[in-house]
Amino acid sequence: MTIKNALIIGASSAIAQAVARRLASRGTALVLWSRSAARLEIIAADLRVKYDAKVFVEAFDLNDASLHQAALDRALAAQGPIDLALICHGNLPDQSACEKDFAIVEQAFRINCLGPLSLLTVLGNYFESQGRGCLAAISSVAGDRGRQSNYVYGTTKAALSTFLAGLRNRLYPKGVRVLTIKPGFVDTPMTAHLKKSPLFAAPNKVALDIIRAVETGACVLYTPWFWHWIMLIIRLIPEKIFRKLKM
Amino acid sequence: MRCRSWGRYPKTTETLKSLRWSTDPLPANDGLKVLPHGLGRSYGDVCLNQSGTLLVTAALDHLLAFDEQNGLLRCESGVSLDEVLRFLVPRGWFLPTTPGTKFVTIGGAIANDVHGKNHHRAGTFGCHVTQFELLRSNGERLLCSRDKNADWFAATIGGLGLTGLITWAEFKVRRMTNAWIEMESIKLDDLGDFFAITRESDHDYEYTVSWLDCMAKGKSLGLGIFMRGNHAKAGVGDLAPHGEPRLSIPLDFPSFALNGLSIRAFNTLYYARLRQRVTKAVVHYNPFFYPLDSINAWNRIYGSRGFFQYQFVVPFSVDDGAIREILKEIGDSGQGSFLAVLKTFGDIPSPGLLSFPRPGVTLALDFPNRGAETFRLFERLDQIVLQAGGRIYPAKDARMSAATFQASYPLWRKFTSYIDPAFSSSFWRRVTS
Repeated sequence: MTIKNALIIGASSAIAQAVARRLASRGTALVLWSRSAARLEIIAADLRVKYDAKVFVEAFDLNDASLHQAALDRALAAQGPIDLALICHGNLPDQSACEKDFAIVEQAFRINCLGPLSLLTVLGNYFESQGRGCLAAISSVAGDRGRQSNYVYGTTKAALSTFLAGLRNRLYPKGVRVLTIKPGFVDTPMTAHLKKSPLFAAPNKVALDIIRAVETGACVLYTPWFWHWIMLIIRLIPEKIFRKLKM
Repeated sequence: MRCRSWGRYPKTTETLKSLRWSTDPLPANDGLKVLPHGLGRSYGDVCLNQSGTLLVTAALDHLLAFDEQNGLLRCESGVSLDEVLRFLVPRGWFLPTTPGTKFVTIGGAIANDVHGKNHHRAGTFGCHVTQFELLRSNGERLLCSRDKNADWFAATIGGLGLTGLITWAEFKVRRMTNAWIEMESIKLDDLGDFFAITRESDHDYEYTVSWLDCMAKGKSLGLGIFMRGNHAKAGVGDLAPHGEPRLSIPLDFPSFALNGLSIRAFNTLYYARLRQRVTKAVVHYNPFFYPLDSINAWNRIYGSRGFFQYQFVVPFSVDDGAIREILKEIGDSGQGSFLAVLKTFGDIPSPGLLSFPRPGVTLALDFPNRGAETFRLFERLDQIVLQAGGRIYPAKDARMSAATFQASYPLWRKFTSYIDPAFSSSFWRRVTS
């Protein structure tokens, strides 16, 4: 598919910015949503200066489900029909803090799961009525199996991945593609505190993979590619053995 | 975390913090002194902050505005010259002046008030900066230009990142019709040749620089190649920007790899490559301005002990005595490596209070770190530079004494009053202790 008009949600994330730049460089018009108006202004200025891009921005609380439909209506009025909606917003909660305070677990679910599920509901219905387009969301390899080091984050992403699988199944006959994106470690501010290893990928590389997956109509994207095989092995380990591992 | 400057000396340990947005406040003060850190291409310790915090500006990578009428580009301070060129060149614009690598940030270019092969025509990078925002640790955001907060403007250009964080800057860019340079290489037989050709070239050539063989002694002192060039005329070439680096040094060379013999062989070959006295060529701006950028991590050829670059400027004199004396001292020591870069600075003053360039002759040369022996040589060179009324470039320095710095930068005391109380660097503590 060709992407003439894209909606990027959580537009200030490093992966979202990399995708926006790559799309804008090819002439895609963009609608960008984020929490911060000041950040959106900087991102939009960069896209306009570099690529002469047509950019429509709106800042609001992405976790407030009551705002989603109206925001979509304004975006459609401003930029016209959307070919691709990409949900990038999320955060990485501190696992050990989650273990001591359930309020942080709830908060992680609001940001990584409930917000995106509401967006997917609204956007799923929009794409269904349009009869075409691609709905993509950034989940994580962490959602493929619960591990002691980040199972709260993993659970939020597992729920998101399962929801996306169901939505993909529902919308396939309607001509709408749903893409589950599972990045491994990406060198972004979200992972700034983690020790870097050769497994870390640049946001640019991930952005390139995402756009290619959208264009080819893929269902699930592991990026970089080797995570597909890493996660395959991790999923295959019997739980009796897995419970003893330090992961 | 361990951080390295380009010379990989000194070896320091810092806390790295990343500033995600130019609109964000500085990270909370945890008692540690802060220093903005771009791409870490300074050679010595102006970009290091032992036991302190380095504030990494890589995320401040947005262009903000381009005024094509007046040739003004505004961008965040973490944008690199590499990115600026990718934007400017296809549109028919170029940097007003550029250092020998494009892997430096705009913030770093201002903080070190960098210069290039056209200093005699264009002055330093700071001469082309029209305004910037300075974020201070008290939360204040100062808009600085020649008219507004002019004293902060002057202190921050060449201010080594100590006056606060530059969040964004606006600077003038220049028109060009294509991405190519018409250049001439002229063989130099001695130092007299250099000064004669410089005099002859400065008027007609925007870019001039010479590479000298530092192993040459006696009558051939000053043996080298003079390079001069101008942007090529319309129709000569296209506006294609540069590509990615092609080569990479994957590991540290052992320390014996660079020795007198290998360096002499390289220099002889480099000089002998030119058959005629004058060679003309049309070259892309990338190899002309950034010959070493095509090799990633070239600093690794000096091994894990690192290296120094010694760069100084001395005022013009009748007999060029200081330059001759220094070249002889380096030649006798046998420590200098590869090629020395020699250039004259013009008399366009920089707005910067601590800016390095001044009218005269500047020489830059790499030295592998051989410990005490290397430090002793530098001490001798410092004395010659000081006696000639010259000074050393902080962006390249890792070892000059406090006395040397203070004697050659008399405005340093005035500058002190502009230093942000939460900011410091390894360099600054060294030269003011």
